[in-house]
Amino acid sequence: MKPTDISAPDYFHKVVDCQWACPAHTPVPEYIRLIAEGRYSDAYMINWKSNVFPGILGRTCDRPCEPACRRGRVEENPVAICRLKRVAADFKDDIKHRLPRPGPKNGKRIALVGGGPASLAVARDLAPLGYHCTVFDQDPKAGGMMRTQIPKFRLPDSVIDEETDYILGLGIEFKGGHRIDSLKQLLAENYDAIFVGSGAPRGRELDIPGRKEAAANIHIGIEWLSSVSFGHVEKIGRRVIVLGGGNTAMDCCRTARRLGGTDVKVIVRSGFDEMKASPWEKEDALHEDIPILNYMVPIAFIHDNGKLTGVTFQKVKAEYDAKGRRNLVPSGEPDETVACDDVLVAVGQENAFPWIEADCGIEFDKWHMPKVDPTTFASTNPKVFFGGDAAFGPKNIIWAVAHGHDAALSIHKMLSGEDINERPLPEVHVSSQKMGIHEWSYDNDISTDKRFKVPHRDKVIALKDIRAEVELGYDLKLALGEAERCLNCDVQTVFTAPLCIECDACVDICPMDCITFTQNGEEDDLRQRLKAPSPHHDQALYVADGLKTGRVMVKDEDVCLHCGLCAERCPTGAWDMQKYLIDMVHAGSTCQSKARSAA
Amino acid sequence: MTYIAKPKFHHPGLKKNELGYTHRDYEGKISTLCAGCGHDSITASIIEACFELSIEPHRVAKISGIGCSSKTPDYFLGNSHGFNSVHGRMPSVLTGANLANRDLIYLGVSGDGDSASIGFGQFAHSIRRGVNMTYIVENNGVYGLTKGQFSATADRGSKSKKGVVNTDNAIDLVAIALQLGATFVARSFSGDKTQLVPLIAAAIQHKGASFIDVISPCIAFNNHAGSTKSFDYVREHNDAVNRLDVLVGREPIHVDYAPGTVQVVEQHDGSRIALRKLDADYDAHDRLGAMTFLQKHAAKGQIVTGLLYVDPEAEDLHAHLNTVDAPLNRLDEKALCPGSAALDKINASLR
Repeated sequence: MKPTDISAPDYFHKVVDCQWACPAHTPVPEYIRLIAEGRYSDAYMINWKSNVFPGILGRTCDRPCEPACRRGRVEENPVAICRLKRVAADFKDDIKHRLPRPGPKNGKRIALVGGGPASLAVARDLAPLGYHCTVFDQDPKAGGMMRTQIPKFRLPDSVIDEETDYILGLGIEFKGGHRIDSLKQLLAENYDAIFVGSGAPRGRELDIPGRKEAAANIHIGIEWLSSVSFGHVEKIGRRVIVLGGGNTAMDCCRTARRLGGTDVKVIVRSGFDEMKASPWEKEDALHEDIPILNYMVPIAFIHDNGKLTGVTFQKVKAEYDAKGRRNLVPSGEPDETVACDDVLVAVGQENAFPWIEADCGIEFDKWHMPKVDPTTFASTNPKVFFGGDAAFGPKNIIWAVAHGHDAALSIHKMLSGEDINERPLPEVHVSSQKMGIHEWSYDNDISTDKRFKVPHRDKVIALKDIRAEVELGYDLKLALGEAERCLNCDVQTVFTAPLCIECDACVDICPMDCITFTQNGEEDDLRQRLKAPSPHHDQALYVADGLKTGRVMVKDEDVCLHCGLCAERCPTGAWDMQKYLIDMVHAGSTCQSKARSAA
Repeated sequence: MTYIAKPKFHHPGLKKNELGYTHRDYEGKISTLCAGCGHDSITASIIEACFELSIEPHRVAKISGIGCSSKTPDYFLGNSHGFNSVHGRMPSVLTGANLANRDLIYLGVSGDGDSASIGFGQFAHSIRRGVNMTYIVENNGVYGLTKGQFSATADRGSKSKKGVVNTDNAIDLVAIALQLGATFVARSFSGDKTQLVPLIAAAIQHKGASFIDVISPCIAFNNHAGSTKSFDYVREHNDAVNRLDVLVGREPIHVDYAPGTVQVVEQHDGSRIALRKLDADYDAHDRLGAMTFLQKHAAKGQIVTGLLYVDPEAEDLHAHLNTVDAPLNRLDEKALCPGSAALDKINASLR
């Protein structure tokens, strides 16, 4: 294998699995260390910079970081990264003075369609640079789907108000209750750029017999959730069936339990394990006595003269073809009718752009989605950018934020006369953490604690009040315990071959058998010859040559605990623990020079 | 010195031996020796050998004297018996323990000061008596704990860290062990585990006095230019006569070396060693030849390593003395006090 180029910004970034997996690349271990130190405001600001909505995401994020967390490969469960984010938000001091101040206006006007996470992220990045940002939303308050679709018992209004206010307070003009019905008209208002962050606002229909006749008791999930959110709907029948297996279905069933549904069931086509909902959301639903029935395909709504009485399902089973693709085929069992008073349909969301006229210069693909560049988020109209669910279909808040950062950078570059396709490289800081012979600036003593559970409100009380937040969040003691579980993967093991005397001290001390000194070879062969062979090609091997015996040092990054014992036991300082911080490029965060392109 | 304990987590794919243990289960406390000490690699090799042999930790007694080397039993086999004896007295304590209970595996760990100076006589007598043990000397040529004076194994002409030349002749413990009749004699290097681990495993299986001299560079006081026990010097002057693979249990023998170069040695207890010759002329069954070979190469400044001598038909002290099979603590009253008739019989035989 070729020696590893550790100066490439991506190499160490990938070792910080959580940060690499986060669409916004939040420096997770950095803020977890700050929480452990009691520096909650600092931890909050790191999050605020990366992901814009720490308090909201700390309750609702899809947490791509957690399945990636190295801890999950070392013991049973990853670090509760998401809930630690909430700790930073819950225990911070007033941080208003630390927010950017609205800069002097630069005379450029930006229109943002939709007041959800994508648009707000764009506005937050651009407003401090002097842009005049105008956010349009059909609802009276900002937040978009965060406010209308996520139940209050998961995300209280106060948290949304606080974090949207931080952004709107940057001198952003918010036009609530102002629905944009024509892009053409908006274009005519001569904004310098338009950002479309209007989400995926349409719930998918379930067109099976009986749908029209029994319509009074069949509701589209996201529309129903938003009606509940605005207080237009306050009750539901006793027996409720929720169709669908995603997170919206989980929100629907738990909301129904709080509005009078005593017999609420989730019924899904697929198997329980393949459901789209996050495991923890399924867990929460089950905890609230909501059974999840699987392999049942709805084939008809049953009604008595227009009054819904039940849903008939066909029983199916999963079969896998030669390519491993799953097909649901009838199992041969008789159809089953499940009685109910109301049905909530949560079988997916769709984009809809009826307000974009054909002659606006926006091209659409065969799935009726706008053609959007995945890096610059530009559409085929150079002035119009897309982001969030409006760009590539339904994803989640953290992806919307990441899109927002990139789109804001494009808008800023475009309006500064630069090429938006030329993306600046992130800034990387790597510095030794050595404080003494055997002392490090981070706590390298690995905690063996299992993941701490987040305390929940008593179920009886929680089910009575739709606004009572179910999760109470970690207290400081639990937060500290959980923070200690973080392995500090951003403190990297850095090897300097010319200093190595090949004494084997690092090999002997490494608790995870990560380090091997051996003859070089092709990767597949080398992986077999490691002290602990590693078949996981997605985890890098760190290879260094230049040793006196002609061997190479190979470190398998996979399950390294970053305990620093290799560096502690190294007599010559050939191993060092160095903290790697990467500053993702946001609009205005780097000098704007074309000369940087190949830096 | 490292202040934190080695984390309990281990690699999820770690190999298990016949007892279901991983090599981590054979560890002891975290080392308090200087960073990079060769002794830590010997510790790791003992751990690896015991793991490979699927030894039950409670069947091992590790006995040592005083010195850096003698601290190491604390760092391996945390669930074994241990005795940290007076300086240089490891061989006597080990002999006594062995006479009292022959069922345990005896691991004597010592250093060049402990065995070649203060305990030289003890070393000699335990070897000549043929105590069934594995006697490991962690040999760095200096007194590390007292800041790096030459020890008795430092080569004449080698230089101290401050540049002082050693004018005394060196004691070659391997030569002495051969001369005193050790039935398993080897030399190795802490920086070469592929050679050292099988040597330790074979020594443990050998029934008789096994002696291994392991050159173990002292990073703090004896790893400089002019030293003959530094990493660089040993790597440059290492003349390995053979390599071995210990064949454990009923696993089939996979020998992929050229025919004629591998010799399978079956020991008394049925265990087997595959000896891969590196030096075609070297015969590991010839005590006299070994001694000559050793002296010749030492004169050239070369360090001969490998299995230097093995007597597969070795006997131990218990056989010489015709002692009782059972450990003393398992002898019941009837065996210990056979009664006056038995006493009369003994007395009569002496009249």
